[in-house]
Amino acid sequence: MSEFWTVAETARRVAAGELTAYRLVENVLTRIRNVDRELGAFLEIDLDGARNAASEIERRRTSGEPLGPLAGVPIALKDNLVTKGVATTAGSKILKGWIPPYDATVVEKLRAAGAILVGKTNLDEFGMGSSTERSSYRKTRNPWDASRVPGGSSGGSAAAVAAGLCAASLGTDTGGSIRQPAAFTGVVGLKPTYGRVSRWGVVAFASSLDQVGPLTRTVADAALVLQAIAGHDPRDATSLNAPVPSYSEGLDRGIAGMTIGLPSEYFNHAIDADVRAAIERTMTALKDKGAKLVEVSLPHAELALPAYYIIAPAEASSNLARYDGIRYGKRAEAQDLLDLYRKTRGAGFGPEVKRRIMLGTYTLRSGYYDAYYKKAQQVRALIKRDFDEAFAKVDVILTPTTPTAAFRFGAKVEPLDMYLADVFTLSCNLAGLPGLSVPCGLTAEGLPVGAQLLGRPLDEATLLRVGAVIEATVGLGERRPGGIT
Amino acid sequence: MTRPVSALLEEWEPVIGLEVHVQLATKSKAFSPSATTFGEPPNSLTDPLVLGMPGTLPVFNRTALELALRLGVATSSQIRAKSRFARKHYFYPDLPKGYQISQYDEPLCEHGHLDLIVGGVLKRVKLTRIHLEEDAGKNTHVGAVSHVDLNRAGIPLVEVVSEPMITSAEEAAEFMRSLHRLVRWLEISEADMEKGQLRCDANVSVRLRGEDRLGTRTELKNINSFRFVQNAVDHEIARQLRIVDSGGRIERETRLWDADAGQSAPMRSKEEANDYRYFPDPDLPPLVVDAELMGGILRTLPELPGARFERYQKEHGLSPDDARTLVSDRALADYFDAACTAHPGERSGRMIANWMLTELLGALNADGKDIAQSPMPAAMLSALVVLVESGTISGKIGKEIFTESYASGEAPLAIVERRGVQQISDEAALWEVVDRVVKANPKQAEGYASGKDGLFGFFVGAVMKETQGRANPIITSDLLHKRLGR
Amino acid sequence: MPTLTRKEVDEIALLARLHLEPEELERLRTELGTILDYFVTLAVVDTTGVPPMTHAVPMEMVLRADEPQPSLPVDVALRGVAKRDGDLIVVPAIIPGNDP
Repeated sequence: MSEFWTVAETARRVAAGELTAYRLVENVLTRIRNVDRELGAFLEIDLDGARNAASEIERRRTSGEPLGPLAGVPIALKDNLVTKGVATTAGSKILKGWIPPYDATVVEKLRAAGAILVGKTNLDEFGMGSSTERSSYRKTRNPWDASRVPGGSSGGSAAAVAAGLCAASLGTDTGGSIRQPAAFTGVVGLKPTYGRVSRWGVVAFASSLDQVGPLTRTVADAALVLQAIAGHDPRDATSLNAPVPSYSEGLDRGIAGMTIGLPSEYFNHAIDADVRAAIERTMTALKDKGAKLVEVSLPHAELALPAYYIIAPAEASSNLARYDGIRYGKRAEAQDLLDLYRKTRGAGFGPEVKRRIMLGTYTLRSGYYDAYYKKAQQVRALIKRDFDEAFAKVDVILTPTTPTAAFRFGAKVEPLDMYLADVFTLSCNLAGLPGLSVPCGLTAEGLPVGAQLLGRPLDEATLLRVGAVIEATVGLGERRPGGIT
Repeated sequence: MTRPVSALLEEWEPVIGLEVHVQLATKSKAFSPSATTFGEPPNSLTDPLVLGMPGTLPVFNRTALELALRLGVATSSQIRAKSRFARKHYFYPDLPKGYQISQYDEPLCEHGHLDLIVGGVLKRVKLTRIHLEEDAGKNTHVGAVSHVDLNRAGIPLVEVVSEPMITSAEEAAEFMRSLHRLVRWLEISEADMEKGQLRCDANVSVRLRGEDRLGTRTELKNINSFRFVQNAVDHEIARQLRIVDSGGRIERETRLWDADAGQSAPMRSKEEANDYRYFPDPDLPPLVVDAELMGGILRTLPELPGARFERYQKEHGLSPDDARTLVSDRALADYFDAACTAHPGERSGRMIANWMLTELLGALNADGKDIAQSPMPAAMLSALVVLVESGTISGKIGKEIFTESYASGEAPLAIVERRGVQQISDEAALWEVVDRVVKANPKQAEGYASGKDGLFGFFVGAVMKETQGRANPIITSDLLHKRLGR
Repeated sequence: MPTLTRKEVDEIALLARLHLEPEELERLRTELGTILDYFVTLAVVDTTGVPPMTHAVPMEMVLRADEPQPSLPVDVALRGVAKRDGDLIVVPAIIPGNDP
């Protein structure tokens, strides 16, 4: 079924003319129409854009002009990626009706590579959440079990890929928002090194933590999509001026002789029995393929959560100060200016966003800055140091992506409970390291489990190599979600 | 019943600190590439970043950094090798992001100074800091609404903060004038106060003379001319003195100056003032100033007004007054330097200065032009001075030649030759004229001989008439004295 | 430290320009208090001599050449503006004395 073709396969078939881009787009749109009412992955479908892109591909192909590496590949974009002429809401009511006048760099790059951008996917509002329940627009379900969340904040992007509504999607990851939904929905999710991919056009949540990354059904696909979006961007002063290697080359080189670290602090954490079992099977598979597994220590691991929940909301409270309805977005009726600000923001932001803005505002106040934000940035340096020391001994680090599989809607009521779901993914953002989640099995209830690989800065290639082995040995193979079809 | 201000000032000392915002003369904005042109139609100089749209990111303008560094060096400031941008948060319609990108505890420059001359005395005013930031847009109140124009939003500024050591309104105005002159001198800002390119806030307090601690200060805003600075600060000092003299307390507040009414009114209480929640901007790496960058700045720094003031007196023997006039404007000083360079000699500075300050500036003023628009290039003025100095033409003729050359652009020498007005200095030739004139006017000769000194001028005039004004006046005078016997 | 008073919550809501209903304010007061309590774990960590890390991978300074680029046409720039007067953005007046 073409719905589950990989990126590589789709590009190959389109380039060979085995099916036209028009046909492909219509297939995708039909599938979305059939499935998405229940799945809820998309907020916006760009019919015209997709069809125009298909026309352009066919025009190029028939006239012998070169096609980009992703020509004809249907890709969905998380709705916090700015798209010119296509509504962008970041999952928030405060941006209702906003039509951006520019494209994010990653969007420009995907277009240049020939990808067909089918639409914008659902997310927790402004990326703040771990279940996509915090979207102000709609509910996204986990295609493996409709009573469960797809994870978040890139829940729509993950669900769309898992359910075969597109070949790949882009998400963003600030504290685990690509990796965790990837784990919950049985897809591959990659958070690149901070600065590897441009943040120009990424609706900012926490500037020093946000990164854009791919969600795909295979590791090889993740390499292809990363290839298209990685690279220096002079419009982003935090983007790295480092060469982009070939991520696909050497993907199947295997892992013989590699050393893989297992951080004791992670494994001593409460982990669901089925998740632990799947990870242990993964470890065995990696050992069988020639890797050495050693225990490492990340002594400050427990501090990641409090450090993150000071830094991220602080930066978020600052980044969201621009939302006042005056130049764009939804503006409330008000008699005076103070009222305008308070009512627009009070009505436009959901409760989780308000909570984090309040938290961030509190910790940035003068008199509190040193004790909170500055302290958290110091702790962050300690966390990074732990990783530096670990990577002196090992090539990659392996952990479960999440302590449990996907939970049910409404299961995490207390904010702290929700925050604890991110405990394994947060450190990676704080340390600016690349992180990959690869499906490594199912629980007894048939829910996907994700294995997380963390690597040295700019070492995405090694993560993908190890990920490929996990995929080949304990991956989900041809198994497809059956919760929503 | 309060005593007069002059009496109060014997007991109380005003303490003033100034915060001056200077718009840097870059072509594009601080963090975005939109243009900075003044006077464009509203909201025509915006882009997604200026509008504070989601997903946009700042990248700092290299030229803005260079211009700011020039000021840092010219004020002998300590330049930080690594300074940081910080976000300053407050909500206002002319601030699209809800924060201003500024600098907080790691500013670009610190501990510099500005030297002023007040009442003939040199005063060195220390500068706490000079830092970089971006300008906000413009908010205009129109009845029940406000209109917002974001053209100005994002233009790069430097904020220059003085130590609270200015002690009078006069000094405050002089500080402004000095800074104004310096930023124009360095070509880092046009500093046109009417265009809002130089803006000043004044912090004013009073304390008993001899007291170390500072009194409660008020902040004065909306001061947009040198005259306003002096008036506003004077007014505030008087206001505070009257309060303290009658036993009252100064409120810590911000006051808006109303130039028409000649008074200030409270804007808002400082307690309610925002907590700006400063933190380092995570979108911007630290600003690194290395030896190479500084080298470039130092190499291209023009000779500063103070140094030129000294040099003009020492090297060219100019009077302090003339020197001060020339250094009041970089274009004037540059013109003078160019004229001196074009001059073959080395000791003609005073004469060149003279011709500049009287003839040239006189003509320019009459035309409503400034030195930058002078139709007479420096080399041409220099050439004219050479003609007078060498005696080729008399000073009087020189003035006529100047006027013609200024108007037509024709070189002075060419005019002199065309009109044939070279000075006659040949004694033999002049003696002939002198002799003829005296012979032709026996009555006046007798009158002069008998003591009527005033008639000497008659003979000088007659010689000039005979020679179409070309007779060398000194030789003429000499020869006349000889011929007339005294 | 934390357990926030109602007054503090009001102040923060004002600083953040958020209009909150009384139930929201109360809920936030307890939620924030709980979260802030949790941060005490950081206070006891010895961070003497540790420079605060702003970016995980050290960033090079990036500057832009001073070359103006075309701005957005004003109608595109103001397309999302709810209230306009010609090419000016309209907002309710700031009442002097009322910190907006």
